[in-house]
Amino acid sequence: MTLKEITFTINGQVQTLTIQPWRTLLEIIREDLQLTGTKEGCGQGECGSCTVIMDGKTVNSCLVPAVEADGKEIITIEGLSKGDTLHPIQQAFVEHSGMQCGFCTPGMIMSTKGLLDRNPNPNEAEIREGISGNFCRCTGYTKIIESIDAAARVMKKKD
Amino acid sequence: MTEYQVIHSRASRIDAPDKATGRAKFVDDIRLPGMLYGALLQSPFAHARIVNIDTSKAKRLKGVKAVVTAEDAGQVKYGVSPARYDETLFCFEKARYMGDEIAAVAAVDLETALEAVSLIDVEYEELPAVLTIQAAMAEGAPVLHDEFPRNVGAEVHHEFGDIQASLAECDLVRTDTFQSKKQDSAAIEPHGCVADYNLRGYLTLHTATQVPHYVQRTMAMVLGLPVGKVRVLKHYVGGGFGGKASANPMEMSACLLSMKSGRPVKMNYTREQVFLFGRGRHQFTHTLTTGVKKDGTVMALKNECYLDGGAYSSFGIATVYYAGSLLGGPYKIRSMQYDGYRVYTNKPACGAQRGHGGVIARAAWEQQLDMIAEELGMDPVDLRLKNMMNKGDISCNDLYMSSLGMRECIEAVRDQSDWKKKRGRLPKGKGIGMACGFFVSGAGYPIYRSETFHCTAMVKLSEDGGTAHLYTASAEIGQGSDTTFGMIAAEALGVPLDMIRVSSGDTDFGVDLGAYSSRQTLMTGHAVKEAAEEAKRQVLEVLSDELKIPIDVIDIQDGFIVFRNGLVDFRDLRRRYMKEHRGWTDNPTGKHLTFKEGARIAFLSRGTIIGRGKYRPRPLGGQYKGAAVGTSPAYGCSAQVVEVTVDMETGKITLDRMNDAHDCGVAINRTSVEGQMQGSLSMGVGEALFEEVKFDEKGKCLNPNLAEYKIPTALDMPYINPIIVETNEPYGPYGAKEVGEGAIMPTIPAILNAVHDATGIRFHELPLTPERVFMAIKEKEAKETGGDDQT
Repeated sequence: MTLKEITFTINGQVQTLTIQPWRTLLEIIREDLQLTGTKEGCGQGECGSCTVIMDGKTVNSCLVPAVEADGKEIITIEGLSKGDTLHPIQQAFVEHSGMQCGFCTPGMIMSTKGLLDRNPNPNEAEIREGISGNFCRCTGYTKIIESIDAAARVMKKKD
Repeated sequence: MTEYQVIHSRASRIDAPDKATGRAKFVDDIRLPGMLYGALLQSPFAHARIVNIDTSKAKRLKGVKAVVTAEDAGQVKYGVSPARYDETLFCFEKARYMGDEIAAVAAVDLETALEAVSLIDVEYEELPAVLTIQAAMAEGAPVLHDEFPRNVGAEVHHEFGDIQASLAECDLVRTDTFQSKKQDSAAIEPHGCVADYNLRGYLTLHTATQVPHYVQRTMAMVLGLPVGKVRVLKHYVGGGFGGKASANPMEMSACLLSMKSGRPVKMNYTREQVFLFGRGRHQFTHTLTTGVKKDGTVMALKNECYLDGGAYSSFGIATVYYAGSLLGGPYKIRSMQYDGYRVYTNKPACGAQRGHGGVIARAAWEQQLDMIAEELGMDPVDLRLKNMMNKGDISCNDLYMSSLGMRECIEAVRDQSDWKKKRGRLPKGKGIGMACGFFVSGAGYPIYRSETFHCTAMVKLSEDGGTAHLYTASAEIGQGSDTTFGMIAAEALGVPLDMIRVSSGDTDFGVDLGAYSSRQTLMTGHAVKEAAEEAKRQVLEVLSDELKIPIDVIDIQDGFIVFRNGLVDFRDLRRRYMKEHRGWTDNPTGKHLTFKEGARIAFLSRGTIIGRGKYRPRPLGGQYKGAAVGTSPAYGCSAQVVEVTVDMETGKITLDRMNDAHDCGVAINRTSVEGQMQGSLSMGVGEALFEEVKFDEKGKCLNPNLAEYKIPTALDMPYINPIIVETNEPYGPYGAKEVGEGAIMPTIPAILNAVHDATGIRFHELPLTPERVFMAIKEKEAKETGGDDQT
């Protein structure tokens, strides 16, 4: 099969890759670009561990053919912090212990970013809805929700 | 309570920044130079004789570097308990479940490895399969393992006290049967590994495991290598819950492929393969007979249990014991009888899962206690308080309650849930229920019979004195153990937490039996505390010599050397330190001698300061066969109140609020304790409401994915109010004991009892899917209207 060339922006950097057309966005993020913060929990679009933001929308990168990324702007977990300064969402997850094993955390944080970009002031029900596509087996979600609520408050103050 | 500097606080997890930024390394993030990719061939039949395996086509495929079958692996039997080693790496006579491993391939990339797997020709002769306990135990049923003719792989018969005499004294006796479904651990990270065998004959296995030590032993035994040549290490692990608590055939395959190919080999389970490997919670069927006096005194408990075990024993021997022994507390029971049977079936093996063996027994019995309370006209809370054990009590099966905050837990959830106002007074469709539970703080004995220390630890002070490096082979799997042990080391050494560097999860660092049976805080905690105390003692000995003052007037607190007898002239020591650090900008200037200076002086006197710690439980009670399963140095306990809304039109259950109180001894990290409680509850919620691994009539798993095997999402979970109840556990480090698993115990029965309060219906089968609840509501309505309006 013919290889495809795709060009996209990821975490602010332009990348051009020549890829086999059946590969997923998740595979090229993790394998070709070595951005291993994005995780694969199921490979079937169910668990949300591979969530990244593509053109402002959260997607399960395991379900997105990499060719669809052509011309798009993508943000992964590595694109949130600036140097050694954590993004307020990351900071809130650290301070409120919004993680245990940490495997779902990058996806959870990206979904949180998607949520807060759409709705900077979510109530508890909206937070639950916003992360309902991200499974966590460790926390029972209570501390994740507290982290997201805290992040929203901090980010609102900064605006 | 004692004033602590570091523990008993809400210290931030030491791994949190790495985990929040995607920097935390998990096993699938490892790529080694020259690394190959492995894939497994698994049986397409639930039960089949293997007539012939032809790997020649696979071996000829370009890019394939190694193909292995039972012929290459040898036939060393392994498993979890040496009493039931019944697995081999790759089937050599027959496959016993759909997914049993037949062969493995390593190739230059995964696509090639998968293609090679498809080129292996296996000639099978399909055998009749047994998929249920009834079928497996039937006369003349097909047999999975020749040594066990009726497929009963393990059975237990225990009687404590005189059960018949106790029952004869009862005013009320009732018998109920309760059945659960097979559950999957469903950790979000699938199992994965990278095996790396080098040309000097040393094997390094990077793997997502809860138990590096047991994996090391199993690899060495199966592959015929000396233990000292096998190093097993974990990186961050994306949850375990029991599914990663034993060695798996993928790890062994990767090691063997690496040995054959001379290159590193990476392997991962797909999500489907995670379900096929299984090792989640058994399906339990309990028949419980409980006898009580009119006043509610529990006299007797008869427990008969059948466990659907799947094709291999895995943890099953321990599971079948736990399903009996863990009902020994937290109530006083005069007599107890237990008959347990674990039965082989042609399905993926079941193993240990959070609350190992005790969860369904607890669910069944705590619901039955509610039914008894109802018959007696007692408040379920009062019935429980009436029968509760106290600190110092010994159960009829010899479990010693060295601390027990059970009463405080019950009172806390009762009061914080407004129990008295709500119980029996909520409108139809709304309900409130409560239950209790308890669990071990670590298995009292290793899985293999041994006098081994259960854990060792080392605290090494850096030569500049600035950092204390804690080495433990314990397993951080998300529960927060690295932070906990960092805190214990800091407290014991007398320095702030940020001076402690923690390295864990590597068999090179010592022996630790790992993260299972809620053992690490208590057991590894002891070893860490001892190691830090020994390092501290060495520093103090040197300072005592140098300053010519008695050692018992010197202490280390918060990173400073403290002299109890007032001012001590330490200028000479400081001069020596300064002389070695000319030009440094952070030299100490204050009027107190710093730990850093003290530790540097100690290094100059003795070389590297290393404190060593170890732990082995004291001899524990119970001399009867099987007493090793259930005895523990200490027991945690908990109580829960759950409030539910049941949609009477659709049968859908919504959880409104959960109050959970847990006695964890002294909480080392309060935030982590709450996290364990909340996480335990969510696993219980999943099992109560929707989790069930399903199979068709051929033994094929029908829902090996996270879409059709449902675990709780944020929309399914209510707010969980975690209430920490503290006792001072005399056998725990700083008084600490378990929280990781015990907290799940009351969840299912509290939900069952709340659903009964809402609907008037008792359920005897899990999970409480809308369909099951809807049908039960309809049945109840039909009964109540006498069936007149049936059309």
